[in-house]
Amino acid sequence: MPAPQCASCHAARAALRRPRSGQALCGACFCTAFEAEVLHTVLAGRLLPPGAVVAVGASGGKDSTVLAHVLRELAPRLGVSLRLVAVDEGISGYRDAALAAVRRQAARWDLPLTVVAYADLFGGWTMDAVARSTAGSGRSRACCTFCGVLRRRALEEGARLVGATHIVTGHNADDMAETVLMNFLRGDAGRLARGGGLGSRGEGGALPRCRPLQLASQKEVVLYAHFRRLDYFSEECVYAPEAFRGHARHLLKLLEAARPSAALDLVHSAERLALAPAARPPPPGACSRCGALASRALCQACALLDGLQRGRPRLAIGKGGGARDEEGPPPPPPSDPGSAPGPADGECGAACKERCE
Amino acid sequence: MPSAGEAWRDCFRAFYIHKFRAVLGKNRLIFPGEKVLLAWSGGPSSSSMVWQVLEGLSRDSAKRLRFVPGVVYVDGTCPVVSTRRLRRVAPRTWPYPILGSPVVMIPFCLHLEGAACGQSREDRAKTLSDVKRILQTLGFPWHVVTLEEVFALPPSVLRCSAPEPVGTVGTYKVAVDSFLQQQHTLEAEGVGDSPSSAQGEAQPSQPCTQDPQNLAEPPPAAQTEALSRLFDSVKTLTAKEELLQTLRTHLILHVARTHGYSKVMTGDSCTRLAIKLMTSLALGRGAFLAWDTGFSDERHGDVVVVRPMREHTLKEVAFYNRLFAVPSVFTPAIDTKAPEKASIHRLMEGFLLRLQAQFPSTVSTVYRTSEKLVKAPRDGCASGPRCLLCMCSLDVDTADSATAFGAQTQDFSQMQPPTPLAEAGAPTVPCRSAEVGRAPNCCQGTRPCRREDSRARVIKQLCYGCRVNMKDVPSLDPLPPYILAEAQLRSQRLSPEIQEYLLENSDDRAHASGSGAWGPPEDGGEEGQTVCDCINKNIFN
Repeated sequence: MPAPQCASCHAARAALRRPRSGQALCGACFCTAFEAEVLHTVLAGRLLPPGAVVAVGASGGKDSTVLAHVLRELAPRLGVSLRLVAVDEGISGYRDAALAAVRRQAARWDLPLTVVAYADLFGGWTMDAVARSTAGSGRSRACCTFCGVLRRRALEEGARLVGATHIVTGHNADDMAETVLMNFLRGDAGRLARGGGLGSRGEGGALPRCRPLQLASQKEVVLYAHFRRLDYFSEECVYAPEAFRGHARHLLKLLEAARPSAALDLVHSAERLALAPAARPPPPGACSRCGALASRALCQACALLDGLQRGRPRLAIGKGGGARDEEGPPPPPPSDPGSAPGPADGECGAACKERCE
Repeated sequence: MPSAGEAWRDCFRAFYIHKFRAVLGKNRLIFPGEKVLLAWSGGPSSSSMVWQVLEGLSRDSAKRLRFVPGVVYVDGTCPVVSTRRLRRVAPRTWPYPILGSPVVMIPFCLHLEGAACGQSREDRAKTLSDVKRILQTLGFPWHVVTLEEVFALPPSVLRCSAPEPVGTVGTYKVAVDSFLQQQHTLEAEGVGDSPSSAQGEAQPSQPCTQDPQNLAEPPPAAQTEALSRLFDSVKTLTAKEELLQTLRTHLILHVARTHGYSKVMTGDSCTRLAIKLMTSLALGRGAFLAWDTGFSDERHGDVVVVRPMREHTLKEVAFYNRLFAVPSVFTPAIDTKAPEKASIHRLMEGFLLRLQAQFPSTVSTVYRTSEKLVKAPRDGCASGPRCLLCMCSLDVDTADSATAFGAQTQDFSQMQPPTPLAEAGAPTVPCRSAEVGRAPNCCQGTRPCRREDSRARVIKQLCYGCRVNMKDVPSLDPLPPYILAEAQLRSQRLSPEIQEYLLENSDDRAHASGSGAWGPPEDGGEEGQTVCDCINKNIFN
């Protein structure tokens, strides 16, 4: 059966149906519409003012590739200049191949590329070393928690190195939907209170960050990359199967089968969450060690690294209370192998209830 | 559970009852002598709740409950729980006929509930007779309403009436003290029985205050058919469940208002609320989570919904019901025996219960997070228009904003105007943007727009979550008339400068209000359609 006509230009044959609306479009019209939507998000959300120097967090994956490509197309209209910043976490067998893809992209697009490595920034700690360090406790590794925090720190450092005024990352609607589901399942009220917008304004000296692709669904990102024939690295991180996010991702897949707009509905819910003032994080100050933005005495990155250095990697994970200070209290007692890695044992009263039942 | 003799049974019972009383006592929302309607679905949680209230009112409890209860049962509704799932959370608990207790087992019906599901008349009648048998043993005034009665509801059920003045903690204390004093003097005078138990004993002589013919005959076949038609027209199970929930809420609200109840108690357990929270999140109701899952829900104004069972897990409820022979009635739900991927509600339930098996603190974590939610819109202004169906403040922005709502309403693939060729042929896919609230500009001139206009008018008055549900309802015609009537009234509300020229049509007012218990009419809310039409002709554009 021949494909219907493109609903936009009515000239070419449609090459795809948009996942959310079911509209039949040809490749060129779809890409145009996608770019127009991203432009609208940036303009309506006032994310990137003219004259900004934008550091694009490039991992070599589909989201950051599409983001960089679209911003490069829109850069003249927005009046911004782009720099690529790639982060080398030191995950062998994964990151090296991804970085190769980033280098190819930088060469093709003629954009300046800066690579920052964990090993240089964080005193020799690569993600492989972190994973080895957190592996022994019997619970799942939680190295993704480390990676996320340290990567944001690294991105900030890299952006400063290139003189950027804004940071953009390629998070799409599915990512945001998974995040809100995950935060509820883990009881992370602080992150729920902070999240939901298109980015952060950048208080306390941190660079403003935003996510122009936040309202685009993952399927559309993949379709865009397909139609623009973009070269990206598509394998999963070697530590990804152990992440809690996998549960949220699985749930989102199920929800999208029942209702195609589930991802955007979740993003809408996240935008409108209202949390009690007590649950919100305190107004940010500066880390006493590195001067970065921090809600407590030490920023999360310094706290995590501190734990690693002291041989107590779980020190700053979960709501350990006084674990942020220089002289930390003794670590929490080892918990059952089967319990959740998320909420710490003292915080969630259900830990003792399980044993009674 | 440790089996240290049989003493643990008493400990469990004390703990269970204490939790119920503590939730009520902590929140101090239910004043002594207040009329409270218990929404009983027949399922384990609400049955347990009714049982708790019954025990709490009996004379031998240490601190007697002080409110005046009534029970409502909506025929054609049931808990969204199937026997399969009950088994998962409470092994070996269901079904167990316990000697001497009226635990009722209904022959398992293959399809869905009541008329919404095609349950046969005989099954419905049998369920109803079992329900009545249990209700008669309770001793409270009871009301049985059928789901078909939504077709007779007045539009004013969708309006938020002015709430009664809510007291502070100080007022509560004063109210309790004065009530206790009153009791004391009554007993001193030798009356003997307290007012509440006197009422309870008087009840069996006056059966249900609802229309007696309701109980004798099934509802008119035309209404049953209309209900079936409505539910058949809804495309997805998710939307069906949401619609059922909405209609059920409106019915219970109507019963409460008609009979002067100021509070409604529902039997949502901790497990059920955690699932409801995650489901509401996925349905786009993030703005209203505190109302949907909190202890009290004041969105209707004069009637407040409270959830006293919210700290009991489903497992505890099942154990308690089994151990202490709490009577309940099983009726199949709208999604009983549906495959798991059928609706968001089922999916979320399955997911949470499976995750709970792996991380046993999941449900309580979600519940605890829900306690940190507040009833405040993010922007801070709560006095905007309310959703037609769920009666929460609208949570949608302008169509152009950089939000999830904005992303679904704008349509950048239609940037180029359609060529004459396109206008000749019918578009292959209807423009989805009309569904989510934008006026259907794209259809201008190509086909008659009246239907789309009336649909767009209704859609505009819905919150985000209800709009997404309505996408699965292709035509608004099978909806009960009160919804469409209220939508029309609201959209025709004219600007203040014309109010003085509007004539109050007394016939329309009689149609609009059912009984007299609706409270003062809103400004300009009572004008009929014919009046507005003739005013419209006088307005110069």
